[in-house]
Amino acid sequence: MWNYEKRLQYPVKITQTNPKLAQVIISQFGGPDGELSASMRYLSQRYTMPYKEVTGILTDIGTEELAHMEMICAIVYQLTKDLSAEEIERCGFDKYYVDHTLALWPQSAGGVPWSATTFQSKGDPVTDLHEDMAAEQKARTTYDNILRLVKDPEVADPIRFLREREIVHYQRFGESLRIVQDHLDSRNFYAFNPAFDLGK
Amino acid sequence: MMADNRPCRRDLLHWINVVSFALNDTTLFLDTHPGDREALAFFDECQAKRNRALKEYAKYYGPLTIDTADASETDRWNWINEPWPWQEGGC
Repeated sequence: MWNYEKRLQYPVKITQTNPKLAQVIISQFGGPDGELSASMRYLSQRYTMPYKEVTGILTDIGTEELAHMEMICAIVYQLTKDLSAEEIERCGFDKYYVDHTLALWPQSAGGVPWSATTFQSKGDPVTDLHEDMAAEQKARTTYDNILRLVKDPEVADPIRFLREREIVHYQRFGESLRIVQDHLDSRNFYAFNPAFDLGK
Repeated sequence: MMADNRPCRRDLLHWINVVSFALNDTTLFLDTHPGDREALAFFDECQAKRNRALKEYAKYYGPLTIDTADASETDRWNWINEPWPWQEGGC
């Protein structure tokens, strides 16, 4: 189960609205390499992970990703707070606004709705951890791309924090892959799937 | 410290964020290095600091966690009173 903590993992205090930037940053909520996909990926994969260190890391990183999703949503919320109809039209926020007003809804920057097809839960520890390491790098690149578009230091600061966490998570998943491989036959890591071929 | 001895809200919250982050990052490290004694000691230290700070924050400024919410000395449910983290004045 989970408990809610009534604070953000890292503070978000944005005083200037910017709906154009919000439409880009929302991709880290519901886009292909966003925080919602990250959390669902790790929290889905952990059930069939046979090694306790890795089940632990999937649970704890999957939980941290929920806190990152909340930070992204806080950024988007504050960038679009109290907008007037004129501002919405001028900044091209009208297409989002017509369906969601100023509410948060998981979609990519291009308007594609969030989908479980953005991640895989394959049931093979080597395969799942390669997916996880790639996912952290894709999210890091997305944050690098966002940072090139951000001029406001109040927005850049929490985005830099989130980017840094992708690197730490990548490191932990790399260690997890090594732990998995230490349990396998070093002459052929693919001789069997330790999450399925139980007789081995 | 404020005039009535209560800690400054912003400073205390910043401290909670600092020790909570250290605790969280150490948790991830320990998941893949469960025998690291230095990390175990650091975890212990951060956890004690965090628990103390969360209790102190709840006492003066309302609970951040359900575990530090106290319903015994009040006739109002304080969990909903303070702003939510994404709102102005929130954490």
